[in-house]
Amino acid sequence: MRREAPRSAADFLPIALPAAVLGVFFLIPFGIMLAVSFFKRVQGGFYEPDFVLDNYARFLSAFFGGVLGFSVLLAGLVSLVAVAIALPFTHRLARMRPRAQVAWLVGLLSVLSLSEVIIGFAWSTLLSKTAGVTNLLVFAGIIEESFSLSPSFGAVLTAMVYQAFPYSVLVLYPALVRLDPSLDEAARTLGASPLRAFFTVVLPALRRTIVATLILVFVFALGSYLIPQMLGRPQHWTISVLVTDQAIYQSNMPFAAAMAVFLMLACLALIALAGLVGREREAIR
Amino acid sequence: MSARLAGRLFMGAVGVLLAAPVVVLAGVSLNAKKTLVFPPEGLSLSWYTDIVTDDGWRSALVASLTVATLSAAIAVLVALPIAWFLWRRIFPLAEIVRGLGLAPFILPPVITALGFLSFWATAGFYGQGFTVLVSHGIFLVALPLVTLSMGFGSIDREIVEAGATMGADDRTLLRTVILPLMTPYVVSGYAFAFVLSLNEYIIAYMTVGFTVETLPIKVFNSLRYGYTPTMAAVAVVFVGLAALVFGLIARFGDLRRLLGALDHRT
Repeated sequence: MRREAPRSAADFLPIALPAAVLGVFFLIPFGIMLAVSFFKRVQGGFYEPDFVLDNYARFLSAFFGGVLGFSVLLAGLVSLVAVAIALPFTHRLARMRPRAQVAWLVGLLSVLSLSEVIIGFAWSTLLSKTAGVTNLLVFAGIIEESFSLSPSFGAVLTAMVYQAFPYSVLVLYPALVRLDPSLDEAARTLGASPLRAFFTVVLPALRRTIVATLILVFVFALGSYLIPQMLGRPQHWTISVLVTDQAIYQSNMPFAAAMAVFLMLACLALIALAGLVGREREAIR
Repeated sequence: MSARLAGRLFMGAVGVLLAAPVVVLAGVSLNAKKTLVFPPEGLSLSWYTDIVTDDGWRSALVASLTVATLSAAIAVLVALPIAWFLWRRIFPLAEIVRGLGLAPFILPPVITALGFLSFWATAGFYGQGFTVLVSHGIFLVALPLVTLSMGFGSIDREIVEAGATMGADDRTLLRTVILPLMTPYVVSGYAFAFVLSLNEYIIAYMTVGFTVETLPIKVFNSLRYGYTPTMAAVAVVFVGLAALVFGLIARFGDLRRLLGALDHRT
């Protein structure tokens, strides 16, 4: 069936209705959030309509700067580590038999869909004194007594990489599946080791995809709101944690909204950038 | 030979790391006593039966299942006409609607959650049960939208054209040709949304957190009062459920195709 331009008003209904639903329940909430970000906070956890820039002015404080800097650093590190593991992993995965691929994909999706509550709880258990990995060292006779590995920066980083890894694989998967295998084979026939072929042929061919993936995983990691709280100390809180904290516990909706607006604009810009970078895919069929 | 071995070891190590948290959770969920010990001391399945017999956990389970069942349906109902329209019509502005459908899921969840919080508070419905259904429904539109767009992309337009030549109108074609072909994609879109809704915490918390406890909210709240093995049991059930649902999609659909076309826009 050919695609046709809509002619009558009725033809528009299938798009107009969902557009209206998304407009009411997605665009209007953002409009309200944007408005609230300019409202004035009054004592007692409420706010009143106003037009003040105080909430945005707080971005200039050392406290906010510190949280933002840490968030960017953490999300950047998570993105680098997750993608660095995901690249060779997905490269191998894409060359497995279809059945093996499906088994891996089911596992990866199961982990990816897990609630942050559960990932945080699982890692706090795995890093705990009584049930954690250090018991393995005790068992092996390397140390005398087990100890807890959280809260710590390492715990936050590990759990966030765990959370971001399946996402990285799924973003890379389509590109690596479509990557022409003859590239790899040609390099191997000419005598390159698999490792050398991977670094000198596969990675350069995927340069743009890799950059786009790094950006997307960075945005994904910026969204982590519970893991820094559950496995870190207050100095490990990220901007997402701060938004939740200000909105719920400090009852400062205007400041929370201002941070959310800022975070949203930054993320939209990054996603657009990833789209631009990823558009020209070289060496992919 | 050694390169192949290194490759296998690498994949094995990733597999072990992915499974490790789940294995430890499964272990501690079997402890006979209410202690956090691994390997478990004594074996008991009572923490699993707690999920159903304990009033608090059962009502959280029922709340979670209700929210997931209905909000996944809302997501599919919003996504289906968009995907159909994009396939059937030439109308560039419709791409904006697609973007609106994808955005709530792509942005950091805290932002979407805060948007819903300010919306429901302003509308005067804050804390009411239905708000989480709508919020989750909108949040999850992206998933069926992606699977359905892929499904439409796979339909051979000539088959539908044949039906149209024989005099069938859009409605008849939709009912007799298109929807039957689309069933696997509708089901997988629904299933993705269902599993994600079950696991969603922050939007549920910011909309109905003080009136309704879903399972993730209940686990998080309970953590503050100390550890019980029931939490580990709930977590294991969640992993099992996700694996079951995705396993079924893989069994009856083409998971690789579904994910192969999941490009950076999603």
